[in-house]
Amino acid sequence: MSGFAKPLKIALGLIVIAGLIVVPMNFNRYGLFILSQWAVMTIAAMGLNLTLGYAGQVSLAQGAFVGIGAYAAAIMTTHGWPLPAAILVAIALSFAVGWVLGYPALRVQHHYLAFVTLAFSTLAFLVFRNESWLTGGIYGISNIPRPHFFGIATNKPLPFYYVCLGSLAIVSLAVWWLIRSPWGRAFMALRENPLRAQSLGIDTRRYTLMAFAIGSALGGVAGALYAPLTQYIDPVPFNLSLSLDLLMMVIVGGAGFYFGPFLGAMIAVLLPEWLRFTEGYYLMLYAVAVMLLLIWSPTGILGILDRYMAARRTKAASALRAVAKSRLETVQ
Amino acid sequence: MSNLFDLLVAGLATGAIYALVAVGFTLLWQTSQTINFAQGEFVMLPAFLMLAAMHAGAPFWLAIILGILLSMILLGLAFKMLLVDPMMRHGVLPLAIATMALAIGIKEAVKQFFSAEASPFPSIVPTGDIAILGHAVSLQSIGVLVVAILAVLGLTTLLNRTSLGHQMQAAAQNPTVARIIGVPVERMILLTFLINAFLVALASLLITPIYLAKFSSGEVLGQAAFIAAIVGGFNQVRGAIAGGLLIGVLDNLAASYVSTQYRAAVPLIFLIVVILFRPQGLLGRAEERTV
Repeated sequence: MSGFAKPLKIALGLIVIAGLIVVPMNFNRYGLFILSQWAVMTIAAMGLNLTLGYAGQVSLAQGAFVGIGAYAAAIMTTHGWPLPAAILVAIALSFAVGWVLGYPALRVQHHYLAFVTLAFSTLAFLVFRNESWLTGGIYGISNIPRPHFFGIATNKPLPFYYVCLGSLAIVSLAVWWLIRSPWGRAFMALRENPLRAQSLGIDTRRYTLMAFAIGSALGGVAGALYAPLTQYIDPVPFNLSLSLDLLMMVIVGGAGFYFGPFLGAMIAVLLPEWLRFTEGYYLMLYAVAVMLLLIWSPTGILGILDRYMAARRTKAASALRAVAKSRLETVQ
Repeated sequence: MSNLFDLLVAGLATGAIYALVAVGFTLLWQTSQTINFAQGEFVMLPAFLMLAAMHAGAPFWLAIILGILLSMILLGLAFKMLLVDPMMRHGVLPLAIATMALAIGIKEAVKQFFSAEASPFPSIVPTGDIAILGHAVSLQSIGVLVVAILAVLGLTTLLNRTSLGHQMQAAAQNPTVARIIGVPVERMILLTFLINAFLVALASLLITPIYLAKFSSGEVLGQAAFIAAIVGGFNQVRGAIAGGLLIGVLDNLAASYVSTQYRAAVPLIFLIVVILFRPQGLLGRAEERTV
């Protein structure tokens, strides 16, 4: 897997998790909001990473599924339903819509698929904006309640941050399990070579649809958390640029790498905040940073790490070879 | 009836601009597999370059020339050398993402260094109406249509009638063979980037007087041009032209015959239907499947 020893990796993971739990306790309202947003966007990006990074299906519609989840949660919770029920409905709804969106992928690939999903994304936005009887139109839905869990209210920013972090943990474990299951292997076979995958007896049709449906469902989960996080939604945040942002997160972090979405979302959500001291220039700097990164490493940040590890392994292997060779020579 | 005629003329005028933008888009795709998600912003920027020249005191005609030249340097030469060349070998997707970042960068730069407000822009065509077949038709629509058609005719003549154009087509269709028979492929690719930069500058000049110069105006235009290019045929210049005109007319008809709320949905649904039933586009060739 890598040059790290396994215990070291586990220790590092535990430190990061403990840090995510403990450090934000001192954060102010805004800091917690940004960090919660990171958790939510990571979930959405993980979904897209499944569709794009693992199954190789380009989608420019993940933002639309975040929107579908957000509206499902907003409409249900403002009508008195509990959030977990709303999340389940958001998952079911975006899974079903994602499954249907998968059908074009059975016919067309690559840039054509990108444009079909791009069109879908814009159509979803039009529905959010125009069906005001359901979505409130341009006025949106306000006063979205935050849930109670075991009698504990999560109205304050810190408890709700833990709701987002906990959801991220659950989704992370589920995705970790999924990509190691036969399903994950089938997704990767689909990405590497669809024809060969089919000849190996993988039902490419079913797995293509599944890749879209599961990826979209995670977008729905993210949306269902986003609605109570902001407590107000209107169509604007779910336009095409959210889909493009999510795609950028996946590619910048490293498509097809498990930790790619975590890093990508961190850069997309936190970097603009850190660059805020540059006033109006922060998005410009962000754009330049993304371009430079992609020129340097088109496989994203984790691609750099991957190449570094590979180089170290080669070096280690050739060192071993050199030692073995010199020993052989001395024996002779 | 008069309404329909007016809609058709206005639709063809917008469609002609979409066609200009879409043609450049397909040229870049053909020669270098570049999907330029910043194409809309490429149309937005030249108008601001021209406005900046005018603010510096240049007369309108000089500002136009400067704007076109700067556009060819920045959006043609610099775009190719600084972004496309280093990324070309990495495949389509990272480059497409990089152009998305470029789109954000251009938008924010204009907002920051120029203005977040919409600015008026002088028209190269006189305003007013003339009577055609008993209909009052705006001179601006006619002017836009004529200039765009001339530009497209000029381009197709260049591509189909001149040796340079044949070399460009050869470089686009089969770079390896083109190289063997002595076509300077690299120079031809550079030329298509310069032509694209010229076309977007021209489109900017034609469309900005109608919709004002605004940093965010590239989004809608870029999307319309993508749809036009794909509907017509991603790999055909004439497909992009037909697609542009078709989407322009469809857009205008949808605005008055379908609900105004869902007007934007009509070209999108049309796009999805076309991709599903004829992925290569209405006039496109099927691309060979790579296994």
